[in-house]
Amino acid sequence: MKYMLMMNTMTAGEIYAGVSGWQNQDIQAHTVFLKSLSNSLRDSGELVCTEGLSLPDQARIVRAGKGGEPVTDGIFPEGKEFLAGYWIVDVEAPQRAYEIAARASTAPGPGGTPLNMPIEVRPVMSCAPAKML
Amino acid sequence: MTTGMPPLDASSEHLLRELAPQVLGAVIRRFHDFAAAEDAVQEAMIAAVLQWPTEGIPENPRGWLIQVASRRMTDQLRSEMARRRRETTEAAMAEAVMPVIDLQPDTDQDDTLILFFMCCHPALTSSSAIALTLRAVGGLTTAEIAHAFLVPESTMAQRISRAKQTIKSSGMRFCMPTPQEQVERLRSVLHVLYLIFNEGYTSSSGAHLQRLELSQEAIRLARCIYASLPDHAEVAGLLALMLLTDARHAARSGPNGELIPLDKQDRGMWDQAKISEGIALLTTALSKGSVGAYQLQAAIAAIHDEAPRVEDTDWAQILAFYELLSNMSDNPMVALNHAIAAAMVHGPSKGLELLKELDSDARLAGHHRLVAVRAHLLEMAGDYQAAITDYRIAAQRTTSTPEQNYLLTQAARLSEKIRD
Repeated sequence: MKYMLMMNTMTAGEIYAGVSGWQNQDIQAHTVFLKSLSNSLRDSGELVCTEGLSLPDQARIVRAGKGGEPVTDGIFPEGKEFLAGYWIVDVEAPQRAYEIAARASTAPGPGGTPLNMPIEVRPVMSCAPAKML
Repeated sequence: MTTGMPPLDASSEHLLRELAPQVLGAVIRRFHDFAAAEDAVQEAMIAAVLQWPTEGIPENPRGWLIQVASRRMTDQLRSEMARRRRETTEAAMAEAVMPVIDLQPDTDQDDTLILFFMCCHPALTSSSAIALTLRAVGGLTTAEIAHAFLVPESTMAQRISRAKQTIKSSGMRFCMPTPQEQVERLRSVLHVLYLIFNEGYTSSSGAHLQRLELSQEAIRLARCIYASLPDHAEVAGLLALMLLTDARHAARSGPNGELIPLDKQDRGMWDQAKISEGIALLTTALSKGSVGAYQLQAAIAAIHDEAPRVEDTDWAQILAFYELLSNMSDNPMVALNHAIAAAMVHGPSKGLELLKELDSDARLAGHHRLVAVRAHLLEMAGDYQAAITDYRIAAQRTTSTPEQNYLLTQAARLSEKIRD
């Protein structure tokens, strides 16, 4: 069963925009943590994919204009939640997905204090039918 | 695979896959290391896929594969020894690289069975057991398995290698379990095959073509274990269940991959050869006495398959079989189907009554299947408004795209009916 674990920036202003203000060693610790999380999921044979996204100041909302041309909106400097990154994992049971999410949530912030970021966990739709026996 | 290479033709591929567990058994017997032998056989299989199309199939393909795999094993042993900087005598090495004299074809059936038991070891998670079975017994490559389950090859490779570690640390040796252990082990093996079949039992459209092949692979593996245990009624029952279910495959989805329920399927598209084979297997199995859950499910599938029109379905008999199944296993999905059968025989209110009892089952409470069945029975009872509500709730809760589309379509159809 596949789950998507989504790490949201709390608000664009708060955490990730704040990373630029972190101490170098805090940034290093955060990066090392995320990398080792991905590695351990790869080793356990559970990782489907993971990506980190650019900071929200690169985000644009796009709609089709009258002729189908892209009409963009943005930048969004403040007060909006954005996806910061995600993992898709393939696990035996939802509890395992929650465990991984809880671990991701403890990614260290300034001074090594866990950020306890909210991680949204959602099942990924599949084509397989529900199991019978 | 490498571009520009001619692919292996279907019959050679079939031969290769048939030989896979036999070759693995022979290599394990020789080197006593399941994990390493499994890797070596995988490499030999890949070598065959690359070489056979241009060089032709060797005179003794089985011997060829054992030889190539054994060479990999000795290469590996040699580098291992070098790594450990251990002194080794020339004689020991010569012994290890001696040409293979393979004189044990009688053990093939047993070896395949032992491999099944190892790969479906109870210490493994079901996804690991599935992956390892497909590779070690099925002779599929890691890439093929990864593709079928839509995960990266590196992830699947890790899953397989960890599964082998788990088996190693469990201390299981390559030998036939005791008859007592076999009963328990066989249950795991059949369950794993059932899960593989179920994974593949989906729409044949587009990207999911590969998943369809999984159900074919499950049938092939079930045939393989049936060949080893022809007198085991549940083995025959599972194979029959797969054939009788797979027979409806072509009728089961529409041109856009949409789900077509049993009562709306074009029965002319059902595969009569598979139905006959399934029924014959089942009839023999049932005559052996000990009736198990797979045989009962196969019997239910057979009753559906035998009805020329949906209105000819013998629901009374299906209900009787579900009653037997419910007594045999405490499975909530069986209880759900039991409720449907009861509704078909005694009317929707009887079915709804049974569903009410299931509401308190923690495994089913709020489950989309329960809600979907209730929607269906409410519709039968003429309570369209309540049915629409439940179809929509079920659609929100399912994680299967074809099911979701189907449930939303049912809600929309009923809404239009009310409006007219």
